[in-house]
Amino acid sequence: MLLQQIINGLTLGSVYALIALGYTMVYGILELINFAHGEIYMIGAYLGIILLAFFTSVGLTAVSLPLTLLLVVVLAALICSAYGFTVEKLAYKPLRNASRLSPLISAIGVSIFLQNYVMLTQGATDKVFPSLFGSGGFRFLSTRVSYLQAAIIVVSGVMMVSLQAFVMKTKTGKAMRAVAQDKTMASLLGINVDKVISITFVVGSGLASVAGVMVAAYYGLVNYFIGYIAGIKAFTAAVLGGIGSIPGAMFGGILLGLVESLGASYISSEYKDAYAFVVLIGILLVRPGGLFGKAPEEKI
Amino acid sequence: MRPIGGKAERFTKPLIASAWFSLLFLPFRGPEAAGVLFVVLAVSIPLLGAVSDRVKKTGPLRQGLENIGLKSRRFAPLLFAPLLVVPLAAGNYWIDVAVLAGIYIILALGLNVVVGYAGLLNLGFAAFYAIGAYSYALLNTMLGLGFWTALPLAVGITTLAGLLLAFPALRLRGDYLAIVTLGFGEIVRLVLNNWDSLTKGPNGISGIDAPTFFGASLASLPAYYYLVLFFVVVTVFVMRRVVTSKIGRAWIAIREDEIASSAMGISTMRYKLYACAFGAFWAGIAGCLFAAKMRFVSPESFTFMESVMMLCMVIIGGAGSVAGVILGALLLVFLPELLREAQLYRMLAVGCGLVFIMVFRPQGLFGRKNASPES
Repeated sequence: MLLQQIINGLTLGSVYALIALGYTMVYGILELINFAHGEIYMIGAYLGIILLAFFTSVGLTAVSLPLTLLLVVVLAALICSAYGFTVEKLAYKPLRNASRLSPLISAIGVSIFLQNYVMLTQGATDKVFPSLFGSGGFRFLSTRVSYLQAAIIVVSGVMMVSLQAFVMKTKTGKAMRAVAQDKTMASLLGINVDKVISITFVVGSGLASVAGVMVAAYYGLVNYFIGYIAGIKAFTAAVLGGIGSIPGAMFGGILLGLVESLGASYISSEYKDAYAFVVLIGILLVRPGGLFGKAPEEKI
Repeated sequence: MRPIGGKAERFTKPLIASAWFSLLFLPFRGPEAAGVLFVVLAVSIPLLGAVSDRVKKTGPLRQGLENIGLKSRRFAPLLFAPLLVVPLAAGNYWIDVAVLAGIYIILALGLNVVVGYAGLLNLGFAAFYAIGAYSYALLNTMLGLGFWTALPLAVGITTLAGLLLAFPALRLRGDYLAIVTLGFGEIVRLVLNNWDSLTKGPNGISGIDAPTFFGASLASLPAYYYLVLFFVVVTVFVMRRVVTSKIGRAWIAIREDEIASSAMGISTMRYKLYACAFGAFWAGIAGCLFAAKMRFVSPESFTFMESVMMLCMVIIGGAGSVAGVILGALLLVFLPELLREAQLYRMLAVGCGLVFIMVFRPQGLFGRKNASPES
């Protein structure tokens, strides 16, 4: 029972972590709470269903299921990255020098727009993700883990490790860290700040869309308002870990998933959505900068 | 937007943009719809570009808006007179909308104290609205208290809640504060939703009494309109007095630079507490008015989206400007109503509108340009 809940929590947590990474990267660079990020994740989930239906109709699914799934995930990530890129260019870039609250409201506008855009084009009813995986699974230390759960945990793990490697080891990653530290200085050193910001949005949206496709497959149902609650949770996860910190977002996401899953089974499932915030408030009271973040310093 | 390069580029750029948007649209509605979108965009983007160039050159919009801010002060009493005759001229539907707008004006002005003056980002303001509404609902239905007895009690409870949240939350800064207030809002809503024995859960509380005035019931819409109008006028009056007082100036000082203001001898903690309590106070009044108008409350009316809408009212109008916030509230209540014909598309338009207003006027319609660049 406990182990089962831990596995469920890990599955949920890795999804939160993937979304939280997008929040934390954007925040690290622009100090913007990107409210539209949850919507990008929702679009990813829809694209998973749409693309899968398309590939099934052309007969690719019958040929090779793994290849189709790979194509679905890659294409969904590409399209979502394009959405993220476009949103940044249209709604945030013109506000780069405005007061902190203006881009926030702009992000809320984008979020409302995207929700209704998907509702109008795809309908207000739930969309169903075809069950392709059956109920197969394997036993792991006296609990049953479905293949899908295992896949979600493994894929998220791989993506997080590669992101960390990308940010720490590549030249672009270095540029991202430089821009996060000091935009003006970075641009004086010849870093194209606009490009780095675009890359951040592209990478973050790609991660969110992978999370979206996996969640669509896991729960089997998708609707146009899933982005809102997942977005809030993921943002909470990012803050929990210390916003701006990439390992923090991963850890925060997984912790949040575990808390939610254990809280729902051992305390009360009615308050499932509240545990995240109770833990958050508790942790922030002790460590005002989040678990991995630096306490905000006062500049004089 | 700038016409860079030669003629060829002016031609190809809109085409590339249209193709890009159509491609993004393609998976959602199929190739035909994407084709239609491409044609529509390819025609409208150059047109819009020409219009925005023209507007930028003459800039009448910008100057006009800047002038309204100054003139409105002089004409405020003139604007007020027509408000008194609205119930005589308008149908019940529009009176209803106007009552709602009045309640939102009070809410937005309350939130404006917290966000616009003290500079504390609150993403869970609907929680106080909910506490006010539920306090009145419970005091009325369980203890049988009338509106005028329950109002001060309910408002007192809400103000206390504001203080209670402020104590721990004010240790946090910037966006950490924002997320904690967001969490507070969600927790309050979930408690209202699940505490069945007290709040009747998702079913809500019905059978709330309408206010009376010396024995006469104010249940009819026009009568209620005047009641709300009275409260709006009181709110605006008190607000103007407070924000220009010593306390108001202390808030602005804290918003602009916390360290400098504490060096000048302002007890930042105390004034932030005042701001939170004062903001919650108005949310409590608005909550009571809402509960007494609907005669029914349920957790559905106090979602995160509600908090977001209040914040939008404050920012769109121009945080820290009383007239601006009133305009923002009116805009966001009336705009969706005016667009009701286009039922399905109205929220799409509202989303677009928020982005447009921010992109073209980041400081809000009435905001000053140099107000508070950060936090």
